[in-house]
Amino acid sequence: MSLLEVKDLKVRVEDNEILHGLTLTVNPGEVHAIMGPNGSGKSTLSHVIAGKPGYEVTDGQILFRGEDLLEMEPNERAAKGVFLAFQYPVEIPGVTTWNFLHTALNAQRKTRGESQLSSPEFLKKVREVAKSLNIPQDMLKRGVNVGFSGGEKKRNEILQMALFEPAVCILDEMDSGLDIDALRIAADGVNALRSPDRAMVVITHYQRLLNYIIPDFVHVMSKGRVVKSGGKDLALELEASGYIQFEDAA
Amino acid sequence: MNLVLAKNETGRALSDSFAIARDRLPGAGKVAEARSAAFEAYERTGLPHRRIEDWKYTDLRALMREVLPLADAPDAAALKRAAAAVKLQAIKGARALVLVDGVFVPKLSEVGGLEKGLTIRTLRDVLETGDATLQAQLFSPDNDNPMVALNSAMITDGVVIEIANGVVLKQPLQIIHVASTPAAAAMSTRSLLRLGRDAGATLVESYVAADGAKTYQAHDSLVVAIGDNSRLDHVRLVEDSRDAFNISSAVVTLGAYAHFNTFSMTSGAAVSRYQATITFAGEHSGVETNGVNLLDGRQHADRTLFMDHAVPHCASREVFRAVVDDRGHSVFQGRIIVRPDAQKTDAKMMTRALLLSDEAEANNKPELEIFADDVTCGHGATTGALDESLLFYMRARGLPEKEAQALLIQAFVGEAIGCVVNDDLRELAIAATQRWLEARR
Repeated sequence: MSLLEVKDLKVRVEDNEILHGLTLTVNPGEVHAIMGPNGSGKSTLSHVIAGKPGYEVTDGQILFRGEDLLEMEPNERAAKGVFLAFQYPVEIPGVTTWNFLHTALNAQRKTRGESQLSSPEFLKKVREVAKSLNIPQDMLKRGVNVGFSGGEKKRNEILQMALFEPAVCILDEMDSGLDIDALRIAADGVNALRSPDRAMVVITHYQRLLNYIIPDFVHVMSKGRVVKSGGKDLALELEASGYIQFEDAA
Repeated sequence: MNLVLAKNETGRALSDSFAIARDRLPGAGKVAEARSAAFEAYERTGLPHRRIEDWKYTDLRALMREVLPLADAPDAAALKRAAAAVKLQAIKGARALVLVDGVFVPKLSEVGGLEKGLTIRTLRDVLETGDATLQAQLFSPDNDNPMVALNSAMITDGVVIEIANGVVLKQPLQIIHVASTPAAAAMSTRSLLRLGRDAGATLVESYVAADGAKTYQAHDSLVVAIGDNSRLDHVRLVEDSRDAFNISSAVVTLGAYAHFNTFSMTSGAAVSRYQATITFAGEHSGVETNGVNLLDGRQHADRTLFMDHAVPHCASREVFRAVVDDRGHSVFQGRIIVRPDAQKTDAKMMTRALLLSDEAEANNKPELEIFADDVTCGHGATTGALDESLLFYMRARGLPEKEAQALLIQAFVGEAIGCVVNDDLRELAIAATQRWLEARR
């Protein structure tokens, strides 16, 4: 059984159909890159997988380990092992990162029927994870993403990814707002989390990110469909020739 | 006297209940005269209604309809129920002073082992035997406000606390108002706290219902005088029955170099109003007055503040937050007046409301009246809903919707709770918020 199967997915926002029958299969251990021009539906796909309100699925399905993901609340999807790293992580004033992560992790564990982590148990775990990713401890004491730089926000996303240990990670335009050094640090974090059990779906506009996170498969999206799939070389080809060639194909 | 005005909406003559109660009310001579004058003042308007500017959002004629007769003194069964409620509310380490159905109950209170310089008497005792100065101070609240006047006329009991010069109390004081009567009845209480010079105290006021008490009316007031170079930390928590009324007033005066940090949270009662008048009578004093309304169902809660900068060099801060769900209605009226002599006044007021449903309502009415020219004053008001993008982010991290909302609500009210300086009092406010959030889940 595949980890994540998107089958002939059609999605509308109000009167506009954004995805016109998208199919994608992701197996454990694989890293898939989804590339495409602005407006091709890349972010819509990530939002629909995570369960963001405001999208209407008119046809098709999304299965996660064979279960119908679209029937689940966003928090249930997270507890099952779906993680979306946001393109623009939000700031939550008045809620410390530490409290937020502790509450979220325990909520996930509760949904899975696992025991709750006490404060000391959680502290130990989050410290280990932060240390392994070279993330400074003081970030945990601050309000969630409040006053964080673009790079710090992405590192916070990666910290959460490491803490929640999801089965599939969707990285939505992880490179936006990052300079080259911050990009490398973020990519190192992602690479550290690659494992034979975990799949990654890397959504990006530019090939640049794929120099740091080497994908197994590259899919080109245009106008709400996957128009071409291939190996990592496809990204280089795109870098040279641009997306224009696919506009007609779609 | 105009008998037409003296009737309320249901047609019952208000003067009847005063006439019936009068013989039971403590105090003769000057006290009885003060009561009669207060009742006459009340009768001129009766229950305040929306055509009176100060009451336009809280129309007691429509919401309350009538003033109920005073509750009977609690019997043994009532005291037993009250004792159970007190047990839940009493703060560890605080000196509990308990009023049940408007009567001070020594048996449920801690009246022994008073710290040196601390005097506690009952209002009844002071009105019956006390000195004229204390009595005058007890009747100092302004009868122009009809609900203050009504309260002045009907007060049965309360606590009168005096703290001598130079005495800083170690043990917090907690006045617990318990309603235990299952009858539809009213309680009318008033307490007084006098802090001398260089003194300090911590006061908590709690309003709760014992098992079985539902449709009562609590009419209460607190008179506070803070002497020069003294400090009062104050928290009040209104967790009355969801069918009850709580109409309370506070009249606070500060001397020079004095400080008043006060926080009020209303999560109980069907209809409530807390009206506070704070007057700076001495220079270089400071006030932080903060509050939170947590409302749902059809609750109505009104917080009305009058901050009187009568003298120069004083600072005041007001941070108010309202969280309103279902068909709840929160009212905030904040008026700051800076008198002509009050140069170098620094006064700021910020009120924000969070509406959790389409039918929730919040009225914010901040007012600044400035008659001095060298001052720093400001106010702001916002009303909004929970940010959907924050909620989705939190849900995508595994939090069920209600839990995500709870974290955001805690953060929102935390801006007001964070202004409580005393650690123990802040914890109380956080715990009260927690109780409200848990009841919502």
